[in-house]
Amino acid sequence: MSERTGWKSWLTTVDHKRIGLLYFWTAFGFFLVGGLEALLIRTQLARPENHLISAQTYNQLFTMHGTTMVFLALMPLSVALFNYIVPLQIGARDVAFPRLNAFSYWVFLLGGLFMNLSWFVGPLFHAGTLSVAPNGGWFGYANLTERQYSPGPNIDFWLLGLQILGVASLAGGFNFIVTILNLRAPGMKMMRLPVFSWMTLVTSFLIITAFPVITVALAFLMFDRFFGTHFYLTSAGGDPVLWQHLFWIFGHPEVYILILPAMGVVSEVLPTFSRKPLFGYTVVVYSGVLIGFLGWGVWSHHMFSVGLGPIADSVFSATTMLIAVPTGVKIFNWIGTLWGGQIRFTTAMLFSLGFIAMFIIGGLSGVSHASPPADLQQTDTYYVVAHIHYVLFGGTVLGLFSGMYYWWPKMTGRKLSEPLGQVHFWLTLVGMNLAFFPMHLIGLLGMPRRIYTYPAELGVGNLNLVSTVGAFLIAVALLVFIFNLWRTRTRGEIAGNDPWGGATLEWSIPSPPPVHNFDAIPTVHGRMPLWSEPEKMKQHGPVGHMHVPPGSIWPFVAACGLPLLASSLLTHRLWLVFVGGAVLLVGIYRWAFEPFEV
Amino acid sequence: MSTGHHTSLGLDSRKIAFWAFIGSECLLFGSLISTYLVYKGKSLVGPYPHDVLNIPFTSFSTFDLLMSSLWMVLALAAVQRNDMKWAKVWLLGTALGGLIFLGGQVWEFSHFVREGLTLHTNLFGATFFVLTGTHGLHVAVGVLWLLTLLVRALQGKLTSANAMTVEITGLYWHFVDVIWIVIFTLVYLIQ
Amino acid sequence: MSADSAHSDSSPHVAPAGHAHPGAAVYLRIAVILFMLTVLEVGIFYVPAFHPILVPALLILSAIKFTLVVLFYMHLKMDSKIFTMIFGGPLLLATAVMIGLCFLFGVLVIR
Repeated sequence: MSERTGWKSWLTTVDHKRIGLLYFWTAFGFFLVGGLEALLIRTQLARPENHLISAQTYNQLFTMHGTTMVFLALMPLSVALFNYIVPLQIGARDVAFPRLNAFSYWVFLLGGLFMNLSWFVGPLFHAGTLSVAPNGGWFGYANLTERQYSPGPNIDFWLLGLQILGVASLAGGFNFIVTILNLRAPGMKMMRLPVFSWMTLVTSFLIITAFPVITVALAFLMFDRFFGTHFYLTSAGGDPVLWQHLFWIFGHPEVYILILPAMGVVSEVLPTFSRKPLFGYTVVVYSGVLIGFLGWGVWSHHMFSVGLGPIADSVFSATTMLIAVPTGVKIFNWIGTLWGGQIRFTTAMLFSLGFIAMFIIGGLSGVSHASPPADLQQTDTYYVVAHIHYVLFGGTVLGLFSGMYYWWPKMTGRKLSEPLGQVHFWLTLVGMNLAFFPMHLIGLLGMPRRIYTYPAELGVGNLNLVSTVGAFLIAVALLVFIFNLWRTRTRGEIAGNDPWGGATLEWSIPSPPPVHNFDAIPTVHGRMPLWSEPEKMKQHGPVGHMHVPPGSIWPFVAACGLPLLASSLLTHRLWLVFVGGAVLLVGIYRWAFEPFEV
Repeated sequence: MSTGHHTSLGLDSRKIAFWAFIGSECLLFGSLISTYLVYKGKSLVGPYPHDVLNIPFTSFSTFDLLMSSLWMVLALAAVQRNDMKWAKVWLLGTALGGLIFLGGQVWEFSHFVREGLTLHTNLFGATFFVLTGTHGLHVAVGVLWLLTLLVRALQGKLTSANAMTVEITGLYWHFVDVIWIVIFTLVYLIQ
Repeated sequence: MSADSAHSDSSPHVAPAGHAHPGAAVYLRIAVILFMLTVLEVGIFYVPAFHPILVPALLILSAIKFTLVVLFYMHLKMDSKIFTMIFGGPLLLATAVMIGLCFLFGVLVIR
């Protein structure tokens, strides 16, 4: 029996619930870091010609804000929910490859630390602190990111950090695909799968197909910066636009990776708090799958100002408009779910409703981007910043908060405070609209993105100030949330198995679940087992000894090899290749040959 | 497939994972090959492909790798019927086939360098070396994997009970071979 | 490896019903076909008479080799269709992206 307390048990855990919690706390921490970066940005932009923050520092701030939020906060927060909830929803005892799961987490943590270390290690590179963090934007366009224009280690931290993080994402992707396809409870056909698990499956396929492309793009940049190649340099006949293509071939599926999990959450929360099944389950599922597919055909809509030519522009414009259709379909189905339902306005429900409203706004600006002539005015202005924050904050973040409030009792055994939750929600909703709505106007009035200050004559000073106020309001809301988390630890209402009256399997077991999840794996006969056959879903206590796999240190050891390998390039030390490689190999071999039974 | 562990598809989880991995690798090599194709003919200076590519030599490498897939498939069949003697023979053969291929790559690369083609000479050098180098790295990992299995077999720790492991090794090896089929055609034969 | 007792059978592997393993003869035959196809490919490269059809011919021949290895050596033909879908989807995607990039960079043009 494995020791379940103490830091060693966390270091060696292979339990999806623990790994989910590790993901959550780490990702939430990075979310706060990214939020701090945002507040600094907004403070600098609060008034024209401000010089609180230098241009050099500003470039690092917006780069790290974007990179952190996308890769270190939003994706891992979704993964936290995948980890904790999906095995419970499908009636499994864990994911298909528990040690690979642990490996994913440790690689994520180490990759995030590696990249953020750049804030502090300037002196090691003969520069000041706060000067070698990545500064080429989260999208790292060549040839700005080439050695000639970015001679310092900033971009190296960025590309190496992302390569490390890519490994974590890929490993997780494979794990969840196999888990969802192969470890479902008896009777749980694919069209009986909860929508959150379906969206996890689609997202995982997107991850395993999109990440190899950015891996190649980053590898080419690495070769250019370290080994003298000219993949993105015109001096040898190369084309910087190749970077843009490869990046956005990854980047567009990436935004669907970011939104689909939140859509999955909404599809769970709305039925529960409307006491009605999801309207048009089949259509919602197929729409999610279709969005996944179509997401591969739109990438050059990020490149309408690059000069691709009228044919390319037209093709991508058409595909981009097309993808609005399945998205709209989902929205109509959510509204259909609410219609005639017995609505309970819990915090989780409010965040899901907020998602729908905010995502519609973000979607509308998105559709306007789909037109190349319109986009030529909008691109690289704050109009786009408005769009991305409505879909990513108004969409993904609100959706994830909805999931947190919904599943917090399942994960911790206590409900988050509803009154505090309502305050958190309303402050967030008002704050985000104050912060991001003015950006539509600011952009169309001519303020470009990624500039550290702007002239007073542009006439956007007041709107920027409003936006900054909104950002700080979001911060206050977050403090309320953090207080709620803290207070709930000891004063939260104890939740039983099913505090909300949910329909899916995770609500049939205790909160938090026992280490083995289900005493007996149930057999299901429909999509909403707890609503259609509640008696059959009752757990009756474990039968005999429930085998739980022991912990393992080797995923952690193997994970440590990766930042060592990355550091070898960063510090130009060949011996680190051998050390890192050895650590990785030892970790993998011990992992492969240790006795381990799922 | 597994004792007492229900699976929804009745398939081995590791095999599903591995086919998903191979699917993912299609995108990796697809991006590398796309870049090669997109930059073909755009080098500003030589050496150009027709200056350095050696078709007879590479044809031999191609045959070698194709044959190693045959040895691999025979190795799997041997393991499946618990014929560990022949399993070791065929596993060794596959690994040797891989080593011969790698040796050929090393010779080819150093020959190109002597002819003046390096990573940073031109676009051909960059795209060629990164594409075939990535493939070569995959072959090297495969050889290491095969030798590990061979050592396990020599230690008596590999039996028909491990057929799935060997099958997955085979999937990896054949995929590496299949990528070479594509590279041989698109890089060497279609110049 | 041998440690995964959760995934191992205790008896020598027997092909599940309906999944007859090709014997060594079939594998050998495929190997010979692959060999001959490669000879054909190299032949087309060297014989100038074939050069007008070089590209389509080589693409078709290598596609056949690809398919043979995947279907028979990788056993995809005899295995569950799930594997075909899991591999086929990304393969199609990779091919489509490759073709898309070729059009975008002028490697392929529609006249």
